[in-house]
Amino acid sequence: MKLIAAMSGGVDSAVAAARVAEMGHEVVGVHLALSSNPQKYRSGARGCCTIEDSHDARRAADVIGIPFYIWDMASEFHEGVVENFIAEYSNGRTPNPCLRCNEKIKFAAVLDRARALGFDGVVTGHYAQMKETSAGRLMYRAVDPAKDQSYVLAVLNSEQLAGAHFPLGDIVKTDTRKEAKARGLYVANKPDSHDICFVPSGDNAGWLRDRLGSESGPIVDESGEVLGEHQGAYTYTVGQRRGLGLTVPAAGGIPRYVLKIEPKTNTVVVGAHEALAVEKIVGDRPIWCGPAPISGRDHRGFAQVRAHGQPLACTYSHNNLEITVHLDEPLFGLAAGQGLVIYDDDRVVGSATVSETA
Amino acid sequence: MPAYFDHAATTPLSALATSALVEQMAKIGNASSLHSPGRLIRKDVEEAREQIAGLVDANPSEIIFTGSGTEANNLALKGFYWKAHAQDPQRRVVLISAIEHHAILDPAEWLDEHEGAELVFIPVTSAGSVDLVFLTDFVQRRGSEIAVIAVMHSNNETGTLQPIAEVVAIAGDIPVHTDAVQSFGKVDFSFSQLGVTSATISAHKIGGPLGVAALILRRGLDLTPILHGGGQERDIRSGTLNAPSIVSFAAAAQESTSKMAERAIYIRSLKKYLVESLFAIFPDITVNGDQTHSLPGIVNITFPGTESDGLLLLLDAEGFYCSTGSACSAGVPRPSHVLLAMGVSERDARSSLRFSLSFSNTRAEIDQLCEVIGSVVHRARAALARG
Repeated sequence: MKLIAAMSGGVDSAVAAARVAEMGHEVVGVHLALSSNPQKYRSGARGCCTIEDSHDARRAADVIGIPFYIWDMASEFHEGVVENFIAEYSNGRTPNPCLRCNEKIKFAAVLDRARALGFDGVVTGHYAQMKETSAGRLMYRAVDPAKDQSYVLAVLNSEQLAGAHFPLGDIVKTDTRKEAKARGLYVANKPDSHDICFVPSGDNAGWLRDRLGSESGPIVDESGEVLGEHQGAYTYTVGQRRGLGLTVPAAGGIPRYVLKIEPKTNTVVVGAHEALAVEKIVGDRPIWCGPAPISGRDHRGFAQVRAHGQPLACTYSHNNLEITVHLDEPLFGLAAGQGLVIYDDDRVVGSATVSETA
Repeated sequence: MPAYFDHAATTPLSALATSALVEQMAKIGNASSLHSPGRLIRKDVEEAREQIAGLVDANPSEIIFTGSGTEANNLALKGFYWKAHAQDPQRRVVLISAIEHHAILDPAEWLDEHEGAELVFIPVTSAGSVDLVFLTDFVQRRGSEIAVIAVMHSNNETGTLQPIAEVVAIAGDIPVHTDAVQSFGKVDFSFSQLGVTSATISAHKIGGPLGVAALILRRGLDLTPILHGGGQERDIRSGTLNAPSIVSFAAAAQESTSKMAERAIYIRSLKKYLVESLFAIFPDITVNGDQTHSLPGIVNITFPGTESDGLLLLLDAEGFYCSTGSACSAGVPRPSHVLLAMGVSERDARSSLRFSLSFSNTRAEIDQLCEVIGSVVHRARAALARG
């Protein structure tokens, strides 16, 4: 096959590219420039937007012995991921930009371009497994549960997954580093990236404040009583307990948590932990990673709502526009905008964006 | 068979230059040492200097060896600015053409940002030649404020030759620097006849080694050095003289100059063949810049509806090597500032490739290129349409 290997400059994507090249595929390494000014979104060497990272990626491609190019995806990334991130927060929702980047950039803009240029697909260093089954090419969790990234890939539909290759799904991270070292890849000991790649220093709230302003507003309890003031509602996350700066003590000293963010009135609602309990989740914009489950009927499975969250046993159904999940046990704290991913044991069934909880 | 069409980026070391380099590397001695081995090396360096001076029609003392064309350009631009500005604080305008190489453009921007200079660009015509009407008017209005003028001898992306003699005439007493890196060894180049104050030439564009170039600087002029040290080159440039590279540079300069006329005819006919062959396949392509007053080997072509980095990737895979405009330090492709200055749209500037040919290229290579380029352009167009 002819494959484009997306190379961030990190150890995972370097080993992934090396693995497919070794299998005999014709591989071309591509580093995605995601900011029109490479130093604009972040500085430091942990992310995917620095000059140093593009050099690391180039060097890895040299060692592997594959051609290497930089693709300018800055405007696509800004429109598809960064603007969406800001818009979601300003609507009181909590987006996951990594899901969005996989859906709109890596397996859309990049995959489309690769296919048009005559390539068969895109290789990334994500930890997930693709398996050929009687029902087609399906996605499963990675062997390494600590690194499993199937959650952030659950936004890919069958057509996108047909061109997706994850050569690291069957190894654990420590082995990836060992393999990188054995292959002579200098990035073997490079630290993992954790934060949102376009937010410098990981200060999400500060980054948003710079772009959305810091209009103060009330922090209220469920009855509407004002308990304090906030400096920008979007800097709070549902389930957050610390840093509320409330001046009115709660009855009986019970800790209070952020329950809701209401962007229209610029209000943050807080309350007791029990009020965070969620048993029903509705998600819109469903995407199926394989054959769609039969609509209008209950199915058993697991729901996951965070990148490294627990799979929660549930019953789910869908009507093609929405997925509705009933959890066996309640979950505490879930924000609209988060990704809802449905699993059938280890197989990724599909995903939706959380729109309502109850 | 792979074919290299990127000789303006760099071109192979010639056999003569290689043997000169290897031979000189076996010799011991620092050209600044006072003992016999040092003197012998000094003799080799000075002979090389005289040889190069003869080829560019300059006095040997006017040749200042540097480590790169970029260094020579920095030395000239910053040096003239600092000198003029120190003598007369009113002189702070750095006037450069809008199509200069980054080795002029970036030091000029640096002077503007950090040294109190005012950077002014001389626009170019749609044919890619500096606008002499603008220059005349600007010099008339603000001549007393101009510290230095820099206009390249020929453009590295389009190959278009610039009217340097006219620029010098208009400039009068204002120092004029010309970056002649692409011209030297390809077209006639006489330092004394042009009348410029300084010029840059480089070895690796003419079959010499990497890492050696020269600033040709009119006698009697001093410039503020950038590197301070032993003052080996007229106290303007410090650093142990790189005798092997300098001697090899002279060998390459001698060879390319003596074969220049004959090679130019061949290379120009090859370029014509390339352009005609491409036109036969794609009637909608555009050749950018004046091709009547141009270097023999450089041609810049817009392939509408493509993205040049896609074209480059596909041609590279097929074994054909050419180049796009430029990239930032992280390697992100940028639309060429040269084409934009000529009024080419950003869309078309992003769809352009430079082919630069040498005497070693053949018609057969062009024929092979034309066999694959149809499918390459087709795929690159599909990629842009989908992206």
